[in-house]
Amino acid sequence: MSARDFDHPDVVLVPYGPMLLRGAESVQDADGTVHRVERPVVALCRCEKSSRLPWCDGTHKVIPRGPRT
Amino acid sequence: MRLPKPRGVLSEWLVARLAEPGLTGEAPAPDSRDDESIALWTLHELSFRGFEDADERAEWDPGLLGVRRDLEEALEERLRSRWSEAGRDSTPRAGGVPEALEELVAEDDGPSLADHVRRHADRDQVLELLRQRSVYHLKESDPSAFVVPRLPVRAKAALMALQFDEYGDGDPNRLHSHLFARGLEAVGLRPEYGAYVDDALTENLEMNNAGSLFGLHRRLRGAAMGHLAAFEMTSSLPSRKMVQGLDRLGLAGPMADYYDEHVEADAVHEHLAARDICGTLAEDEPDQAEDILFGAFTCLDVEARFATVMLDTWGVAG
Repeated sequence: MSARDFDHPDVVLVPYGPMLLRGAESVQDADGTVHRVERPVVALCRCEKSSRLPWCDGTHKVIPRGPRT
Repeated sequence: MRLPKPRGVLSEWLVARLAEPGLTGEAPAPDSRDDESIALWTLHELSFRGFEDADERAEWDPGLLGVRRDLEEALEERLRSRWSEAGRDSTPRAGGVPEALEELVAEDDGPSLADHVRRHADRDQVLELLRQRSVYHLKESDPSAFVVPRLPVRAKAALMALQFDEYGDGDPNRLHSHLFARGLEAVGLRPEYGAYVDDALTENLEMNNAGSLFGLHRRLRGAAMGHLAAFEMTSSLPSRKMVQGLDRLGLAGPMADYYDEHVEADAVHEHLAARDICGTLAEDEPDQAEDILFGAFTCLDVEARFATVMLDTWGVAG
């Protein structure tokens, strides 16, 4: 393999899953509350069913899949 | 930690030999699965934190390495035969590894200890489970750390991102194994590394041995990363159930905090592990695709066997 540059996006949308966000310091949720980010990558809920919004808690895996988002 | 209690002729021979390096002689064949499992666990531990009453040079003693190789070959053969018996040993396309992992995990129908803890377990059962889990959680992520130098660029960077988070993002107070130790102390259990190894069920030792086997062998790097992925992919939801069960039993506090941390952390880690680690490893080294799935299957299989025994002990149908 050559010594090439790799894609390393800051935002990744996981098929049927959360949004992975790299290098953020804070996130504002839908209610306007600002949450401090403490890890290098966070998973933000996209199914709106998480018990700890704005973060993903894996709940999307147990709900029926809609059209791919 | 001190050397564990022997469980048969081989572990008796091994513990004596580790305590007194001058001893020689052939290792006897193990007389039970329990004997075999504690012997291999002990030999692997020499490469982790070791034992205060064992000779540190024993890790690379040629005679003991021969015993370790025989035990590892027997374990690997057993794990691989379970995989082929389950009929899941088809090789995925190199580009299809994350989806194949997802499918494997989605189809896992092993019994769930977290379900039992959430709804029905009594306090003694939960404490027993925590003692068993402490064998791994007090060295959480350590087996995967051995794999870092053995990976190509993308998988290495992703594994380090995951491990950095497991090790507290630089904050010793957030190191996952330390969070678990604090949790143990808060529920009245012993927090020292290896405190409950003598209580570990054979199935629990086998589960730990499988993870260490994969982590310690470069040849098995694909299996190690598949194992990690399956572990992370089956962690968020059960961790949430553990929090609910601990709260129900009045055990909220540091132990619930440990599981609470895993709800969010592993919702991230599962994607790093499946896509950025296993997915890119399979793209860069397509011959690893099969072992990635083997490692993932093994993670689910040994957990199911452990859960079955625990639930049987408690008289609960899984």
